[in-house]
Formats: sequence, structure tokens, C-alpha cells
Amino acid sequence: MTVTDPPLAGDAVAERDRPLLDLLSGFIEELRNAGLPVSLTENLDAMEAVTHIPIEDREAFKYALGATLVKNHSHWRAFEVVFEVYFSLRGPEYEIVDGDSSADGAEGDDDQLQMPGEGQAGGGGGGGMSALTPEQLAEMLFKALMQGDDAMLRALARQSVMRFAGMEPGRPVGGTYYLYRTLRNLDLDGMLDRLMEAAREDAPEDLTPLEERLERDEFNDRMNHLKQEIEAEIRRRLVADRGVEAMAKTLRKPLPEDVDFMHASREEMANLRKAIYPLTRKLAVRLARKRRHGRKGPLDFRNTMRHSLSYGGVPAEPKFKFPRPAKPEIMVVADISGSVAAFARFTLHLVYAISGQFSKVRSFVFIDGLDEVTRFFDGVEDIGEAVHRVNTEADVVWVDGHSDYGHAFGVFWEKYGKEVGPKTTVLILGDARNNYHASQSWIIKELKHRARKVFWLNPEPRAYWDTGDSIVGEYGTWCESVHEVRNLRQLEGFVENLV
Amino acid sequence: MTDSDVQFADLDGVRDALADADYLADAGIAGIVYLAERLGKPILVEGPAGTGKTQLAKSVAEITGSRLIRLQCYEGLDESKALYEWNYKKQLLRIQTEGTDAAWNDVEDDLFSEDFLLTRPLLEAIRAEDRVVLLIDEVDRVEVETEALLLEILSEYQVSIPELGTVQATQIPMVFLTSNGTRELSEALKRRCLYLYIDYPDLDRERQIVTAKVPGIDANLADQVARIVRSIRQLDLKKDPSVSETLDWARTLVLLGVEQIDAAVATETANVLLKYRTDIEKAVKEFADNPDELAGPAS
Repeated sequence: MTVTDPPLAGDAVAERDRPLLDLLSGFIEELRNAGLPVSLTENLDAMEAVTHIPIEDREAFKYALGATLVKNHSHWRAFEVVFEVYFSLRGPEYEIVDGDSSADGAEGDDDQLQMPGEGQAGGGGGGGMSALTPEQLAEMLFKALMQGDDAMLRALARQSVMRFAGMEPGRPVGGTYYLYRTLRNLDLDGMLDRLMEAAREDAPEDLTPLEERLERDEFNDRMNHLKQEIEAEIRRRLVADRGVEAMAKTLRKPLPEDVDFMHASREEMANLRKAIYPLTRKLAVRLARKRRHGRKGPLDFRNTMRHSLSYGGVPAEPKFKFPRPAKPEIMVVADISGSVAAFARFTLHLVYAISGQFSKVRSFVFIDGLDEVTRFFDGVEDIGEAVHRVNTEADVVWVDGHSDYGHAFGVFWEKYGKEVGPKTTVLILGDARNNYHASQSWIIKELKHRARKVFWLNPEPRAYWDTGDSIVGEYGTWCESVHEVRNLRQLEGFVENLV
Repeated sequence: MTDSDVQFADLDGVRDALADADYLADAGIAGIVYLAERLGKPILVEGPAGTGKTQLAKSVAEITGSRLIRLQCYEGLDESKALYEWNYKKQLLRIQTEGTDAAWNDVEDDLFSEDFLLTRPLLEAIRAEDRVVLLIDEVDRVEVETEALLLEILSEYQVSIPELGTVQATQIPMVFLTSNGTRELSEALKRRCLYLYIDYPDLDRERQIVTAKVPGIDANLADQVARIVRSIRQLDLKKDPSVSETLDWARTLVLLGVEQIDAAVATETANVLLKYRTDIEKAVKEFADNPDELAGPAS
């Protein structure tokens, strides 16, 4: 990448800055629409930052914006999408680039900034490929993957999208459909087998299992690269067809902290799990902080008297007892029935994470029966195994396997009620959909009297509470508070306000 | 590098200079260091442990010929450890030697002068006459309330001491804050910084790092190390191997005189790379059992 001198002459800056500033404010608007918090100072920083960056250097431009506007790594994905969409078409016609440097544009990152329409016309890397037969194309792809030729892969990605995706202007189909069509035609699984075959033949001697595995990973990596190129190409074309605003809207996804637990996809779930650990640490810190802040315990009378002797009997220096460190005890009671299945999986991870942070955590799960599952989490390093054991071994079904909060609480009260003490915090997780059974809410009332605090976390939207068979309101009257916890942001809010 | 206001001529200059100091930066890292220098803003570096966050600050200090001032954060860090403290023992001595005849006002003025000030890292960085790089390490370890201590320094490059007035920085130092992301930092802090996330490096960069940092390793072995580590990171582990662990592993292999890594060597030395028993078991299983099935039809 060639780089021109970044400090531009004074008047050139003024001339070039105007459209750039307009463009940036549009971009920031788009980021805010996507839910990213961008403050005014950050906005100004970004505007200053880009004046120090050679504008033709797209990578540097992106990082400059990223460093000033995105202060949370989990937002990076969302930022990238907005960036790709917003700047995908700002190619040749983009004022900033052609301001003083039509020459720069040519030597710069031409194929990335180019309009798709022009790519079709034979420019860029796709030139001359449209004449190839599908077999030849597959052969070229095979070679490119074999050698890890990135430029070639990019050109091939363009060509395959053009050829296989069947994109038509104005067709109301999502990008995933086009991606699927393109990939189906490329038959990457078959390609992987061929690649492995070729790798085995190329090797001077037989590949050891380890080498084999590494080769496979390498090829998979290159194919992922190809997929990303294809996705980017499809996105570029969609933007050209529908316009930036419409695309930005369709591609807008909730930020990781706003993903609903109940409807999280596999991938989102994996991300959520990673986010839980810092959260439980925070929870632990919150609960432990109380004792650090109240560094002084009650007055130690004996000690004060003893010290008063050196002041002639005047108790000039009051002495205090050391505070007794509070060891929080936590009891987690979680509904794992079908109606909250997705949430329950998340809940179990949360319970596991919590038990890693606190010494005294006891966990219970229920559907219509209730069982203690602390033992499954104890000293287990693999959460997957623990969750599996909870799901298979815990005795949570009493009659029919439909939620019965009343009975479950009854069992809890009978078996473990005595162990709830003034130091215990009880967390109940569930939607309180009781299938019209008896609520037995007196148990919660009793618990509240015995325990330090009782919290209820409900994964349902607040609007659905107390509709149908939900009786969260009845239980809620006896809890310290009931919280709607549908996403990470709300869970964090709960932890934050806990103490 | 000349000693002018602007040290780096352009983006590639930063990258090359860092490479000379054996720090292999990718485009993002170099770009943000360059920007921070131009804008005079601190950099907040986040990322998993052992990816070279602290090393970045050290390397930047090295290439700019600056002195590195380091503040290691921990729970319970306070003003007197981070900013400044009055040397009260010396103050006491001063009062005693003075006797009783001096006017109290004179003594008081004298007591709170710079002679009795103990500078701690932050103040030291501000008052430094020479070039300094300030590294505030693991800032996520201090409590949210303590973070506020840093705000004045980070945005204004000054420290206010009630008895003395405000100490302005003579030159704007480069400031790096690192965080392992164990907790969310406050918005106020983030707003004042440029944000840089250093993730595990990709294959090429990791290979280069191994080659640069492990003396006597040959290209083939370095390549194998990088590839195996990449494969291991794809497994679902409790703790992924960090760059520093990769380097340890590579050094171990060189010491053992290994030329070609096979499953047996990998199994024996896995404990250098992975620190949890379950992780080791998982990786060993993955590299020993699984390929057997794959190798079946091949041989």
C-alpha cells in the first residue's frame, strides 16, 4: 500500500474536509442507529483522527474510526458491518478520493473501493473470467485454495457470485439466500476432499495424523476466507441495488448485550457465555465490596480503654473491632422447563459461573419437582459435562413434566427451607407460568422472612407478566424485587444495582 | 527518529520501527499508535492475557528512546501510591529543627513545597523533563471509584495538588492503559482514550513472532508451531494458549532439539502450552485419536 504524505497543505485540508465531515456525520448517525453509543467527544475525535490518515488507505481509515468510535470489543462486529455497508460504494464517485487524487485512486486499493458495476465490466480482478467454463472455474478455485492465493480467491469470489448467485435487481431476497446458492454451486466439501487428496500426494512421505489435521485446518481457514469474500461481494451488490440506508437497516442486528436470551441463535449463545464470566466477577466484587467499604466495625471498648491510659485516661483514640467479613451465601433456584428452555441453558451457565466466584453457592433446578444440582457443578471444569448431567440426572419431574412452581417450592421448603438463613440471598429464575396450579406463594413469603434477600429474575417481557397462567405478580409481592432479565444489558443492570 | 514534535513520519514508519524493536505489529496496532502520537491521546489496550499488550508499551518506549514509567494497578490502589504523597517524616524533622522562633506561616509554606513531595508514577510522568512513556498496567484491577484518579491526567495531562496548585505536563507523554477485560471500564475513562483491541495473532503474524523471538528456531518448526497453536485455539478450551505460551513452547522444543513435531512430542510438551488439566486432555485427545480415523483411508 502506498502512502501519501499525511500532513496536507492548509487549503487542501479545508477543501477536502467539508465532504469528509458530512460523510462522517452520516456514518456516525448510522452507527447510532445500530445501537452503538457514540458520544460527542468521540465524534470530534474521529473527525480529527481521519485528517491524520491518508484517506486512500482504507484499512487505516477503518482502524482510525474504530479506535475513536468503538470502545467495546463486542461492538466491533456491528461497527464492521456498518462500515462495510456505508463505505462499500464510496468508490470512484466518492468525493474524498477523487478530490485531489484520481491518480492515487488508481494505485490505491482499487479492487476494494470499486463499484460492482465496474467490476462486471471487466475491470479489477474478474477480468476475462466470464469466458471460463464451470469446470475451469472450479479448477482455478482448486489451485487458488491449494496455494493460498488471496488475490485470486477474491477474484474468484466475485466471479462465482456473478455467475451462481442469480442476483436480480429489486428481488426481495436476503443475502443469506444468495450466499447459499453460491456456495452450493461451489461444492466446498468436495473441494476439501480433493485438496486433502492432493496434499497427501504432494507430501514426500505419508502424512502423519497430526500433519493431516493441520493441513485440513489450513484449507478450512482458506475456505472461510473465500466465504467471507463471497459474503462481502454479495453485500456490495445488494447495497448497489437497494441503497445504503435500506441495507444498513436489514443488516442491523442487536448488539451482543441486547440479544434476547429466549431467542438467541447458537452463535449468539456462545458469545453470551463468554460474556458471563466478567459479569459474575462483577457480582462477586459487588457483594464483597460492602465489607471493604465499611472498614471499621463496632467500637472495641476494651481496646479503647487500654489505649486511653497513655492519654491519662481520656479515650482520645477510639479503637474499633475488625469487621467480620461477610461470606455471601447464594441459593439459585432455576426453572428448566420447556417454556424457558433457551433461557434455562443460559441460566445453567450463569449458575456455573457464579459457583466459581462464590464459596457458598447452592443451586437447584425444577420443573414440577425440584432437585439440588450443586454437586454437578462442584469442581467440574467442563461446563458442557455439568449441564449434560443436570439435564439427564437431576430429578426434576414429579408428575407430568409441566411447570408447577407451587409444588416445586413446596419441595424446596420442606427439604432445604431450614438451611435458608439471614446470610442467604435467594435468586429465583423463571417465568412463573404455573399451568394454573396452586401458587403456594406463602413459601416465598416465609423465605423472605428468613433470607437476607429474595430476587426474582424473569426472562419474559414485562408486557406478558401476569397474562395467561403467569403469576409472577403474586410471587413478586413477597420478593425484594422482580426484574425483567431478557438480555445481558438487563442482567448487568441487575448486578450493578444489587448492592 | 528525530527529536521533533512528530516522531513518526507515517503509518509504515511506525510499523517498521516497531519491527526493528522485535515487535511485530499488524496494521491496526501500528495505525493506532501513530494516531495516538498525532492526537496526543492515551491508548486503552484490551485483549486476552499474553498477547503483548504490555510489550507494546515497552517497545514504543524503546523505539522513541523514552523512559518507561510503569504503574501497576491492583485492588486498593490509592492516590498516595499513584499520584503523590507528602513526606511527613521529613516534614516533622523540618519542624523540629526549626525550633520555636520561626513564624508559623513561613514554616507552613515551606512544609508544603516540592522538597517534601514524594512523586509517584503518574506525577513523575507529568513532571518528567525527558521523554517518557507512561504505562498504566491492568487498569481493570482498580475499583471504579479509583479510576477517577486517572481522568485528570488522561485528558488534561495535569495533576492538581491542593497545597501546591496544578502541575502541568512539560511535554505530552505517550500513555498506554492495558486491561484484560475482567470488568467493564467506566465510560468516562474510555471516552478519553483511543481503543485498541489486541487479539490472538493470525497464522502469519504468529509465525513471524515465533521466528523473531525464539533464537535458533528454523522456519519449518516455527511454521508447525504456529499452525498447531492455531488448531488448538479452535478447540473449545477453558483458556486458549497465549502468544507468550506459544513462545515458551517453541523455546522448549528448540531446547529439546525437536525438528519435527509429531503427536508424541506434542503430547509430552502440551503442559507448556496449556495450563488446565481438562484442556490438555482435550487437546491430546484431539490430536491423537481423531486423525487415526482420517488416516485410515489414506494409508
